Amino acid sequence: MPVIVRAERCTGCKVCVSSCPYDAMSVATGVASINEYCQLCMACIEVCPEGAIVEIMEETDMETRRHGDTESYRGIWVFAEQRDGKVAGVSYELLGAGRRLSDELKVELGAVLFGADGDEANELIRWGADKVYLCNDPALMKFNEDTYSELLSRLIKKHKPEIVLAGATPIGRSFIPRVAARLRTGLTADCTSLEIDKETRNLLQIRPAFGGNIMATVLCPRHRPQMATVRPRVMKKGGYVAGRSGEIIHIEAGGLTSRTRVIDTIKDVSALTMNLHEADVIVSGGRGLGDAKGFRVLEELARVMGGAIGASRAAVDAGWISYSHQVGQTGKTVSPKIYIACGISGAIQHLVGMQSSDIIIAINKNPEAPIFNVATYGIVGDLYEIVPLLTKKIKEVKGL
Amino acid sequence: MRIIVCIKQVPDTAEVRINPETNTLIREGLHSIINPFDLHAIEAGLEIREKVGGKVTALTMGPPQAEDALREAISMGADEAVLLTDKAFAGSDTLATSYALARAIERLGADIVFCGRQAIDGDTAQVGPGIAEFLGIPHIACVRKIEEVKEGLIRVQRLMDDGYDVVESSLPILLTVVKELNVPRPPSLRGKIAAKEALIKRMTPADIGANEEELGLKGSPTQVKNIFAPKARSGRMMLEGTPEEEVNALIEELRRIKCL
Repeated sequence: MPVIVRAERCTGCKVCVSSCPYDAMSVATGVASINEYCQLCMACIEVCPEGAIVEIMEETDMETRRHGDTESYRGIWVFAEQRDGKVAGVSYELLGAGRRLSDELKVELGAVLFGADGDEANELIRWGADKVYLCNDPALMKFNEDTYSELLSRLIKKHKPEIVLAGATPIGRSFIPRVAARLRTGLTADCTSLEIDKETRNLLQIRPAFGGNIMATVLCPRHRPQMATVRPRVMKKGGYVAGRSGEIIHIEAGGLTSRTRVIDTIKDVSALTMNLHEADVIVSGGRGLGDAKGFRVLEELARVMGGAIGASRAAVDAGWISYSHQVGQTGKTVSPKIYIACGISGAIQHLVGMQSSDIIIAINKNPEAPIFNVATYGIVGDLYEIVPLLTKKIKEVKGL
Repeated sequence: MRIIVCIKQVPDTAEVRINPETNTLIREGLHSIINPFDLHAIEAGLEIREKVGGKVTALTMGPPQAEDALREAISMGADEAVLLTDKAFAGSDTLATSYALARAIERLGADIVFCGRQAIDGDTAQVGPGIAEFLGIPHIACVRKIEEVKEGLIRVQRLMDDGYDVVESSLPILLTVVKELNVPRPPSLRGKIAAKEALIKRMTPADIGANEEELGLKGSPTQVKNIFAPKARSGRMMLEGTPEEEVNALIEELRRIKCL
């Protein structure tokens, strides 16, 4: 076990026992012990007032078990996803992060693009890629787990990048785990920050866990490539250079077969259900709306601000709006520039889905509502009074 | 139809509160629940059994107390339950977990494997697709509707950022589900009695023919280096006055920080 109790320091206070979410801690004869159900979440290390619980690195074990030849892996790759032939916004953010990391490691930045054309590939170069591995086979226009997994795995095996990044989107989070499993390497989900340890070339992958209440730094020290999906909208895009040149490498999609088949694609019809992951502004409604019509009021505000509509679980469960709008633990995790929470009390399950927004504006009748704890700006009042007024004022300011 | 539903016992985050002074979790008195997405996975399995016949097996990997989650699955209507439990599984990351569950599923045999989209403690959504890869079967993630299921074929709707796709696949397959798919049924009285009496089958690495090198810490490429509290949100400003004044103050602020 890499987490141990130093018996000489332990006072048997049992703080660790109640901190452990896995029932892996117990105190017998005045000293804490850790059983085999420890999941290494390290909650106990944080809470121990005596510093008696420590993590020990099994150095020798790690060195001897370094997986294969990690030295032959060089370079950073970004998987650039597209829908309808157009590269998704998160891909440019990944190029921004990838450029920074590859400059630090002094290696090339590659982008992998399936099912789009050369124009889109050139755009990736202008946003920072040195090389684009492009497969413009029309069969790859539509996302398909089998074909995407097979082709990306093949490319990684052949070119051996040391780091592979993809968006933590429905596409990335579906097939990237398959690729990582096929390559028997590590994958860290939904990262919000990435750094490099130059000495070991390890990627420090920082991600929220336990619903965003804890941040964890995850390493993949012995396996290559190091793979991560990255949450949309948290990385900054790099610089766009119109005349930037790079290389496009055309890939043949030879012999790809698929057991799944996309037979139809249905777009969300309402103009205001724009992609919550990519919206700059989200106006979100909760139980405080009282009924479905409340969303009409929010849509007005969203329209003048150029935003999307979100909802709390309570509003979705009440049947006022569809699940695709739900923000929170069992819905979407969003981080827009401005999140306006209207009539949302702010249960922890909602907060974990939106608390990384830049600016949070909370409008709620109840001054004790927990939403105010995470708000940048709070207004205690009736949303049916405040929201229309706000819509009107913004219209004036914008000259609409 | 042989249906296996993979579930996970997780700490109930609904009871999680943040200590405002230290900005850390207060986990005192937390109890364990079935991961909420997994309830929808169980319901999906039961509904298919009701339509086309078959058997629903609930499967989990975890400590002995994870048996509680399996008994709950039986109380909802699952026919049997299997617990993967052994020291060798401890410390597994998503790769090692996928490997172990896949080996168990191989032994048990399945036409459809259901998983919740993700577990609410780790939030990775990686184990489902990982299991499918180790089994060598296709998968579809974030299923919001099952349109049709028959011998050797399934058609579902998968949730995407901009709507949904209708996807068809051969069987066997692994599906991860979102909560839009269905409403999980509450345990029935008969189910509760069955749950009490049920014999939970336990399996060890030897039972599933697993290579111990691929399990637990040894089989986990990723390591948690450290954990820390997220940055606290700073400087909340409550706007006061008449609604008019409040809104004006807000507009003023948004212009000041150049958001308007």
